[in-house]
Order: sequence, then structure tokens, then C-alpha cells
Amino acid sequence: MTAQRALIVGAGLGGLRTAEALRTGGFAGEILVVGDEDWAPYNRPPLSKEALAGELAHDKLAFRVRSNAADVVWRHGVRVVTSDLEGRSVNLDDGERIGYDVLVAATGVSARRLPVPGPPPTAAGGRHVIRTLDDAIGLRAALRPGARVVVLGAGFIGCEVAATARKLGCEVHCVAIDAYPMIRPLGVDLAAELQRRHEAEGVVFHLGVGVSEFVGGDRVTGVVLSDGTHLDADVVLEALGSRCNVEWLEGNGLDLTDGVLSDTALRPLRDGVPIDGVAAVGDVVRFPNLRFDDRAWRVEHWNIPTDSGRRAGAVLSAYLSGEGYDEIAASEWTLLPAFWSDQYDTRLQSYGMPGLADADGIRVLEGSLDDECVVGYHRGDDLIGVVGVGMLRVVNGYRDKVGRGVVVS
Amino acid sequence: MSLKVIVDWDVCQDHGQCVFASPEVFELGDDGRMHVLIEEPDESLRASVEDAADVCPVQAITIEG
Repeated sequence: MTAQRALIVGAGLGGLRTAEALRTGGFAGEILVVGDEDWAPYNRPPLSKEALAGELAHDKLAFRVRSNAADVVWRHGVRVVTSDLEGRSVNLDDGERIGYDVLVAATGVSARRLPVPGPPPTAAGGRHVIRTLDDAIGLRAALRPGARVVVLGAGFIGCEVAATARKLGCEVHCVAIDAYPMIRPLGVDLAAELQRRHEAEGVVFHLGVGVSEFVGGDRVTGVVLSDGTHLDADVVLEALGSRCNVEWLEGNGLDLTDGVLSDTALRPLRDGVPIDGVAAVGDVVRFPNLRFDDRAWRVEHWNIPTDSGRRAGAVLSAYLSGEGYDEIAASEWTLLPAFWSDQYDTRLQSYGMPGLADADGIRVLEGSLDDECVVGYHRGDDLIGVVGVGMLRVVNGYRDKVGRGVVVS
Repeated sequence: MSLKVIVDWDVCQDHGQCVFASPEVFELGDDGRMHVLIEEPDESLRASVEDAADVCPVQAITIEG
């Protein structure tokens, strides 16, 4: 009998954690990880924060690899272009076909580009995104003191880069269609307070407007907003959210409308039926998290690749061994989304799903908004998210109280 | 070889996530700073210490042994 092969597509954090969990689950066959970047797995959140302000070196950002995963085979700089889940194989962009016994989709997301006229969407053209280390290196080179930076999008990444660019001495304008920065996850009151802190640091916001076009020839020199405002720009950052890297899974009957729709064992669904021997993890998996509700959500929070990778590794290793598979696939599994954000001297720490709160369900639980505080996000009587502005020990104390059916008096 | 927990204090930013994974070994103090309670934990704590290293947002924790 030939050795079994686990093929992991995507060499980021989710791919790494799944590989480790396959070994923890007892799988001793071959683990092959294929990724389109040239780098071993590295930590992305610092790319818009301290690493962008300081040192952008892969060895400072690389993830520790558990000793049990030392024999995992990594192939970097290769892209999977198509897959055949019936025939259990994928095709690479260099023409090679690779068969597998189990498959993991860990391909993550790409930065979305704004589809309006203008110079080419490249770093050389002054139009940046920030998703990969190479993106960050390109952006860092452009963030010279005095550079006129226009950030498009006022989500966490846009706001973090705005803060970092101010620290580096750039002139920063931030443009968004929303009424306040970070309003969708945080709600009006906290978003307005964070806008005030950014403005105190010199960021100029243009809110409730879109972008009509980029100005310039080979390089962007300005941005025209939907209200006619013209902003001069040496650097444009498009921080407009993401699109899922799922093209390679098309043609297999999966629901790929927003990531890979999967069950709580992270098995992709085809006509509502889970596909054994396949899992999706990380930013790209859309799955029901019964800690909150039975709807399937895709969550781009930092702990999701680790938690979902562990789950997928446990399910797939049981599938490969044939021992206890049905039990583990049917076992209850939930997780608590968590992320942090650093902007100037303010650290935000979030647990749960604050973006799902009722409009009138957001209130300060501790402290005060203009200083340090903990904000609670409620859906009905349930506390479904908490965000700390500073007060780390306090917000950490709320962590276990977040979720459906937990009432905080 | 016994287990050894090493924190790079130049990298640690006191996120405190390691405490959830391994409360026996890590503590977020009243001063808001991280502390290692047991530098050479028993083998029985290996899994939780590995988990703590995984969940460190800035990857400040390494494990020897």
C-alpha cells in the first residue's frame, strides 16, 4: 500500500495549523502544502501595524512551526488552478497534476481592487493593496515623509495604515462610503470616537463618498471622489475588503458564493451533503458557529485559521485512519472569533461577533468612550461581542461570557 | 529533555492570549504585563504550552525540549 497523501492548498497560517493538527491526530503519511507566495507562513496583522512602521523582514514575521510538522513538504510559488474532487486531484499552474487522499482548502482571500478608470492597479503605478509581505514592502517604500497618501476604505486595515502613515510623517486622507470609520463592526458611538482620535492625529476623512476615478498616466497623481472633490495623491491604498480565492474549486458543485460553504466539521457541502476527505479552513471557510447561531458565516479574524485548522486536522486524520471518524465529524464544535487592532496608542481587542449586534444593543459596559472602555454588543439579551479600548484585563474577563444564551447582568 | 518556555520580551506586547491557552504557565499581571509562572513546566503541560505559543499574536513564545 502506498503512503496516504494529505494535500493542503494554501501556505498561510490555516495551512500550517492544519498540517500540525493532522500530525497531532496521528496521521503519519505525506503532507504536501502548495502555496502561491514565495514565503513560508508568516503573520499578516503586523503588515499594517508595527512591521509597516519598522522592520518588514520575513524572519521576524514567520510562524513557529511545531516540531511534529518538521517533515511537511512545502512548495512555494506555485498556484493550484483547477481541482477534481471526484477524481481526487488538482492541477498546478505549471501543468503538473497532483493526486491526494485528503484535500484542504486554505487559499484565503485577496485584496479587492476598485473597478474605476485610471492608472494600472500596481504598486509601480502608485496603487497599493496590503495583504502579503511583498505588498507591504512595496507600500513601505512609498510611505516617505511628506508623501500624500489617500487611503480608500475605513475598515481596520485602512485605519491601521492611516495611523502608521501618520507616524511615518505622511499626509493622510481617508475616503469611505460609510458614515464613520469601522462603523460596521463597532457601531456609531465607538466609531465616532475613533474617528476623533484619528483626526486629532491629523488624518482627514472624506466619509459618505465613493471614488469616481484615479488621475494620472503610468502613475496615480490624484483621486476624484463621487462628490467632485479632487485629492492629490502620491500613494493610494485600496483597503476595500477582500475576495475569496476559490476559483480553483469551481466545477465541483460547491457553494462558493462567499467562500466555501461547509458544515461544522468544515467539510464543503454539495447539495447540502458534506464531502468526506475535504476541508476548508481560515478566511475562506463559511461555516455555522453554534456559539452564535446556525447560520453559516465567514469570519476574517486572526484566530480562525488556527482554530479551524485544528478542527480540520482532527476530522481528516480520523477520516484517514478510519477510527472514530463519524463521532468526531458529528461532535459539537464552536469557536470564539478574536482579533486586535493597534492605532496610535489605542489597542482594540475584540471577542465574538460585534457586527451582528442589534442597532440599539451596543452599550459601554466599563470605563468611558473618551478614555479606556469595554463596549458590549447585544442581540436581544445575548452578549454576542465585546470590544476593549485598552482595559485588556477587563475585556479578557468578558471573553467566556460572549455567545448565544449567555446573559450578563 | 525537559520542557522550557522562552518569551522574547522585546517582542511580547502583553496581549494575554497565552493565558487562555495555558493559565498554569502564563499570567497577565495587575500591572498589565505578561509573566511566566513556570519556566520549565511539567511534560503534562506540553499541549497547553504549545497552544499558548500558537495563539500569541506576535509569536513571542518559543518552546525548547
